[in-house]
Amino acid sequence: MTFKYNNVYINSTSTITGPYESKGPLSKYFDKSYNDFYFNTKTWELAEVKLIEESVDILLGKISKLKEDIDIHISGDLHNQITATNYASSHIGIPLVGIYAACATSVLGLILASNMIDKSQVKNAIVSTSSHNNAAEKQFRYPVEYGGPKRKTTTFTSTGAASAYLSSDKSKIKVESATLGSVVDLKIKDVYNMGAVMAPAAALTISNHLKDTKREIDYYDLVLTGDLGIYGKEILKEYINTEYNIKLKNYNDCGTMIYDLKNQPVYAGASGPACAPLVTYSYIFDAMEKGKINKVLLVATGALMSPTMVNSKNTIPAIAHAISLEVVK
Amino acid sequence: MDDIKYKHLVEKHSPKEDVLKNVLLSFFIGGCMGLIGQGLVDIYSNFFEISRNDAAIFMITTLIFISCLLTCLGFFDKIVNFARCGLIIPITGFAHAMMSATLEYKKEGLVTGIGASMFKLAGSVIIFGVVSAYLFGLLRLIIMGG
Repeated sequence: MTFKYNNVYINSTSTITGPYESKGPLSKYFDKSYNDFYFNTKTWELAEVKLIEESVDILLGKISKLKEDIDIHISGDLHNQITATNYASSHIGIPLVGIYAACATSVLGLILASNMIDKSQVKNAIVSTSSHNNAAEKQFRYPVEYGGPKRKTTTFTSTGAASAYLSSDKSKIKVESATLGSVVDLKIKDVYNMGAVMAPAAALTISNHLKDTKREIDYYDLVLTGDLGIYGKEILKEYINTEYNIKLKNYNDCGTMIYDLKNQPVYAGASGPACAPLVTYSYIFDAMEKGKINKVLLVATGALMSPTMVNSKNTIPAIAHAISLEVVK
Repeated sequence: MDDIKYKHLVEKHSPKEDVLKNVLLSFFIGGCMGLIGQGLVDIYSNFFEISRNDAAIFMITTLIFISCLLTCLGFFDKIVNFARCGLIIPITGFAHAMMSATLEYKKEGLVTGIGASMFKLAGSVIIFGVVSAYLFGLLRLIIMGG
């Protein structure tokens, strides 16, 4: 399903990160970074709540608006019951749509907001996503201090929150179109190779997007996937070529961009709902505003993993949502 | 592309783990742990004039204490990541597994947090340790008569 938008713009964004991201190559593009994992709170879960709250505060400051001026807040994270979102929202107070699409949450939020703005159901929206490395490790894997040896294909959940303000007021970055993804399951059970789980979903969504919009892949200056990591990136390139005959050339993956892969202990790269928006809202938007790239297809990929299902020997389904962002000339 | 073909594609793009390096590293570090343990037993039994059985218990307690302390200070996970199974398989790994789970769930309360989750990782070690010890004892009884 592809939507075409005529008057939806991303007016402003905010990014806030944890310690690993601030030591990575994109650190100068982030609005704020913390040096520890607690951010002056008592638990990692509360730390993530604080991330969302602060990212919304920074964003409101940038656009000089009050919470009351915002019609709707669409937000999601990785926790069970999207805890961080719900607790943050109890302080933020903007009418909330809480969403979950694992690491594809950011683009799903952008699509929902764009649809509502395009149909004039709301005049503006804030879309937030967050993830916290330790909170996610605690929920999905082993205790953090255990630090069991991991395989090279493992990805490292990024810590951070990113928010975007969308409205029909004209600005530099336009949401041009978007494609909702379907859930794909190619029977991968390996929780330490999420890139392999998500690559087919990304391929399907990209192919559907090109089909629906009658475009060639070269139309885009950059195709950007969410968090496939070093190996998932190679899998996607080969898979999309053999399966859909699409040759990805101007392609990168946010998971491989946010960290210094050689010197930071992050295995195959970053993952988590915050990964794609942290890279896009900071580094990519900066490049777009400077006119280095004009048309970007952002494909956020999410592994819809449930520890219970994986422990009972089930496979991991995945989803990818795509959004086309263009610079207004 | 069917599932099996895709599996092959994934395998093609998956990096090889350094199995030999990991095995050798674990072997030597595990061996060093054994050496340290034996050294401690010798020290305790020779200098404190206690029986070797008691010295072994003191040795285990010492290693447990050191690994728990290092877990709490936050660097045992980094050592484990380097030393791999060389530190996970010995008693140090067991202590570390319990301590890391305890630290993680401390904030969820004494009963619902620490009590309920302390054995999250170590529980299966205890269960299967006891079961395999029982089976091994039974085998010994059958073959060697006790």
